[in-house]
Amino acid sequence: MSLLIEAEHLTRILPAIVPVSLVRDVSLTVSEQEFIAITGPSGSGKSSLLYLLGLLDRPTSGTLRVAGQDTSSLDDDALARLRLEMLGFVFQFHFLLPEFSVLENVKLPMRKAGRLSSTAMRERAASLLEELGLAGHLDKRPDQLSGGQRQRVAVARALANDPHVVLADEPTGSLDSKSSEQVFQILQDLVKKRGKTVIAVTHDMDIAARVDRRIHLVDGAVVSDERVAQAAV
Amino acid sequence: MRLILELALTHIAGRGRQTIVAILGVALGVGFSIAMAALMQGTEKDFIAQLVDTMPHVQITDERRTARSQPAEDLFAAAQFEALRPKEDRRGILNPAAATASLRSWIPGRMAQSLRTQGVIRYAGRDVGVAIIGIEPEIEARVSSVAGDFVQGSFDSLRAGGNNIVVGDSLARRIGASTGTTIQVVAPTGQSRGFRIAGQFHTGNVARDEGEAYVLLKSAQILSERPNAINDIRLRLDNPEAAPRVARQAEAELGYKAVPWQEANESLLEALVVRNVVMYTVVGAILLVAGFGIFNIISTITHEKARDIAILKSLGFTQGNMRRLFLIEGLALGLAGSLVGWLIGFLLCFALSQVEFRLSGAGVGREMTRLPLFWSPWHYAIASAFALISSGVAGYLPARQAARLNPVDIIRGAT
Repeated sequence: MSLLIEAEHLTRILPAIVPVSLVRDVSLTVSEQEFIAITGPSGSGKSSLLYLLGLLDRPTSGTLRVAGQDTSSLDDDALARLRLEMLGFVFQFHFLLPEFSVLENVKLPMRKAGRLSSTAMRERAASLLEELGLAGHLDKRPDQLSGGQRQRVAVARALANDPHVVLADEPTGSLDSKSSEQVFQILQDLVKKRGKTVIAVTHDMDIAARVDRRIHLVDGAVVSDERVAQAAV
Repeated sequence: MRLILELALTHIAGRGRQTIVAILGVALGVGFSIAMAALMQGTEKDFIAQLVDTMPHVQITDERRTARSQPAEDLFAAAQFEALRPKEDRRGILNPAAATASLRSWIPGRMAQSLRTQGVIRYAGRDVGVAIIGIEPEIEARVSSVAGDFVQGSFDSLRAGGNNIVVGDSLARRIGASTGTTIQVVAPTGQSRGFRIAGQFHTGNVARDEGEAYVLLKSAQILSERPNAINDIRLRLDNPEAAPRVARQAEAELGYKAVPWQEANESLLEALVVRNVVMYTVVGAILLVAGFGIFNIISTITHEKARDIAILKSLGFTQGNMRRLFLIEGLALGLAGSLVGWLIGFLLCFALSQVEFRLSGAGVGREMTRLPLFWSPWHYAIASAFALISSGVAGYLPARQAARLNPVDIIRGAT
């Protein structure tokens, strides 16, 4: 198994009058086909760590390699490119573009990447949405969907460019238990069936209990990083 | 990139009313500046046309630009002379027949020679100083605009008798004379003769209507005791714009001062330049204000679409993409505004051209009944260029701001 993400002594300090340490000296590696939950009390730096790993933010110190590439030497545009090709994001709120249809939203990252023809993009987006149980909603606007459906569209969008890693920030945080379960199942299928790596920040202990690996943060530092032997699902 | 363009248009379309206001802001700016430019240039052209119409295009007088060198100076080049009493020039253009003949051979237009002298018109105990202009009626009629301004009689009336005179109507009124009255004309030489008023003209120019009197060239020569002399050659060119060139050539040929109309009216023409500067300043200000409208809508969009910006950036859109996105939005508004503005400008020009008004009053000669408008594609191009530049700047500033947004800040803020 090759290493997708290698972090060494990552530290992120928010500059302020009294500087705040969001992430302190975190070292970890992420391999292919892992389902990782980052847990911890609120304010423990879970999301901050996820943003660092997702190249949305730069560490104050420490090194981060994604797919073997040292990211500290890359400029913002190169990071954007890497996000486009390697990573997919799902946030607590769906962040779909309200003016575009579900299908267009999913096509957006593909169009940005510009590798597929427009019919191929359409087919891929449609098949992703169908797999996520949204077959009848392709041309709807995001505001015509339920919360769980929107979050599934967001997952489809995260998968659009076939990333290696899907980063999810409280993906079920604003959903009811039924929708949460659906979204969790989808994330789990990504790992088990599609061989993706999913890193999810969650405070939902029920979810945290069912992943392969749990990283627990307190005050920005890793206090435990344990692999969980899962009973076969 | 088509995707960016599509996003930009979607953003704009999503804000119907505000978009329309911003576009209208630009459109009104463009429209008014087009109408204003048309009006300004129209009146300028009209003004110059009147100027060109009433003035000789080139006037050659018996003066020189620099004092003539004295014969003694010509003879002894190395010597310096003090207190040399200049030789008195014979006034007037020397050898007028040869001068006019040589000019006539190459000048692209018509010419008239005359003798201009000062005099006093005396009638019923009133003395009025006037310029006495001796002319040849049939030639003068082809060169001078006065020919078209006669209220009574014409230049030809001078021919009817040796002692005929035509004067401005104001002058006639001032001294209480009317056509047919005999008045006394006193020349600087002391000569005094009676002239019968054979015609009156009204040019609308008070200085001329009150201060000019035309007689036959012969009569003027007799009055000023300068037989065969002329001191004024006026040219009317086929192309008034050629005046400076013709003047230079005539001056080189004859040695006398030849003044093109542009030079004679330099201060007026300078005033027109100032007027244009004022116009462009006002137009610029209007479009600047329109630019603020665009700035306003685009910064509102960037604020409202902060989440979109965040998500697009997290998906892998670059800062440059984001900058371009909002810059395109600004330019699109500017472009739409320009196009609507062209229509508004065109309609305004059309409406203005329909406005009819009457300048009434006794002192008005030419009645301006329509606003003079000058149509030029340049007005449209310049106004649009202005609008596009200001909307580009107005779009770029918030665009830069938006591109710099850190997606993490927004995503954090949302949760």
